[in-house]
Amino acid sequence: MARIDLEEVAHSYAPRTQSLQDYALKRIHITWEDGGAYALLGPSGCGKTTMLNIISGLLVPSQGKVLYDGRDVTAMAPERRNIAQVFQFPVLYDTMTVAENLAFPLRNRGVAPDRIRHRVKEVADMLDLTGVINKKAAGLSADAKQKISLGRGLVRDDVAAILFDEPLTVIDPHLKWQLRRKLKEIHERSRTTMVYVTHDQVEAMTFADTIVVMYEGEVVQVGTPEALYEQPRHKFVGYFIGSPGMNFLACRLEGDTAHVNGAVIPLDSETAEAGRRARGKLELGIRPMHLEVHSRQVSGGVPVAVRLIEDQGDAKIVTTALDGQTVVARIPETHPVPGEKAWLRFPPQWTRLFADERLVG
Amino acid sequence: MMEKWEDNRAWYLVLPVFVVVAFSAIIPLMTVVNYSIQDIFGPGNAVFVGTEWYEEMLTDKRLHDALWRQFIFSGLVLLIEIPLGILIALAMPKKGWGVSASLVTLAIPLLIPWNVIGTIWIIFTRPDIGLFGVWINSLDLLQVPFDHTARPLYAWITLMAMEVWHWTPLVALLCYAGLRAIPEAYYQAARIDGASAWAVFRYIQLPKMRGVLTIAVLLRWMDSFLIYAEPFALTGGGPGNTTTFLSIYLVKLATGQFDLGPAAAFSLIYFLIVLLFCFIFYQALLNVGRGEKIS
Repeated sequence: MARIDLEEVAHSYAPRTQSLQDYALKRIHITWEDGGAYALLGPSGCGKTTMLNIISGLLVPSQGKVLYDGRDVTAMAPERRNIAQVFQFPVLYDTMTVAENLAFPLRNRGVAPDRIRHRVKEVADMLDLTGVINKKAAGLSADAKQKISLGRGLVRDDVAAILFDEPLTVIDPHLKWQLRRKLKEIHERSRTTMVYVTHDQVEAMTFADTIVVMYEGEVVQVGTPEALYEQPRHKFVGYFIGSPGMNFLACRLEGDTAHVNGAVIPLDSETAEAGRRARGKLELGIRPMHLEVHSRQVSGGVPVAVRLIEDQGDAKIVTTALDGQTVVARIPETHPVPGEKAWLRFPPQWTRLFADERLVG
Repeated sequence: MMEKWEDNRAWYLVLPVFVVVAFSAIIPLMTVVNYSIQDIFGPGNAVFVGTEWYEEMLTDKRLHDALWRQFIFSGLVLLIEIPLGILIALAMPKKGWGVSASLVTLAIPLLIPWNVIGTIWIIFTRPDIGLFGVWINSLDLLQVPFDHTARPLYAWITLMAMEVWHWTPLVALLCYAGLRAIPEAYYQAARIDGASAWAVFRYIQLPKMRGVLTIAVLLRWMDSFLIYAEPFALTGGGPGNTTTFLSIYLVKLATGQFDLGPAAAFSLIYFLIVLLFCFIFYQALLNVGRGEKIS
């Protein structure tokens, strides 16, 4: 178990780098505290797997340092770092039985046979593999195979961290939920640092205490699920977290109000002040669930045309047009449904300003 | 909705294939069967002899000798070419210009006509003008000077060297294809699991190459069991009969002595042996590493 620091790490797969665009990871500085449960969240191709491979040592970064408990391990091979990693697709040793597969990482490190037997049994029990423990791994279902891969990641109990690279992609939705909870349980019991890579926000939020959001090779925000939802520091986080994603409207400032084409939206004075100091293209952002939808004109209400109402069972999603810009609101199931016209109110405490995609203030 | 046809006229579509196979395989084979049960004196002059030729062939001493020779030859071929092919494939570069260079170099022996290969090796090993023959004799290491036409051992060594040179590239190319098909994640997982290079070979590369190795073993077994052109060009079956393999003996029997009946019976026995061994190898390789281990 260890605290892991990435110091000014950058990586490029190109042999010669000309611009920042060549970098899969752009100068990342981040600390993974000992015993944390982290989710690394981001869209495909944002550098999540690159970051994971740098932590485990499968990849040596072009720049920067990797520290385990303050010790520089940047050039150290993964087999010497004592770290576990589980991959997206099941990786099995076909000719071995399930038990032999689970024992493999221990046996390679010369662990005593008694200890191996004990750990293998423990892990097999944990993952419901006891029934097939003496079967050849090759003939099993995709679910079972991935469980074996997970098991090989969990079998060593002295590792610095366990890295999961979208480990539940091939698993059935129902079992996925069970296994995720199981991993969470294991984390709570063992307090081993875990980093869980995913592009699914629900998965990230249910597994992790801290979510690291990546976008185009950068870490755009690190925080609790709540912080990411309420205080997205980057436009991407607003989009990516929450369903539907945050609304963004191009605007200009006038005093303590934002002007979106003709519509005037009040802001709280702090936000407006920060907005005035900021440079770049200004945008106003608000979560769909924070918008108030009225069927009649109200003070501070902005008139919009209703385009579509979708019933999601527990809520309704109202898609509206504000002078050609789309605004989506989420209203409770019991809330009265507006007709063709509606008035939206933007509560100032939930209305944020973004300059060049980053939160101002 | 489409109407369902009530007859089986679709079978006519298979007819062309059936006709082609009939003329290319079934009818020639049946002709051989026909020959094998008759004594043929000339066109339209044949006597039915039943299983006489089969009995004669099965007890023929020269055939037994040729069969043993053939087993030793094909066995040696597999023992040398399969491990050597795997080693070459493992040593081949994985990226860069070296890949194309090694692939082309390996493919050269496979592109040369078989009887030309025999001729190349005759010249290469000739003790008077051959590069190898002259060189080895100039070292003065051998008690008897090297000459593949004079000594059975030298004939065998030359023949094996030629065969290995000719066909190991095929095994290497197949293995290389098999190795390249292993996803990178397996090697990454092995590094994380702390596996040694030997463990990577034993538990990842070898099992993943099973498919291509099955093909390599079958092809090399069949081809070496049926080998004709190269030894015919190189040694002609000599010295004496020491490199007379089954096909060389068969051709001597059929076109040298015009013993069509015995030769036909021999052909069928030969065919069955090849088929039997292919089946055995296929089953063995299919089942290796399968099944459940109970402990």
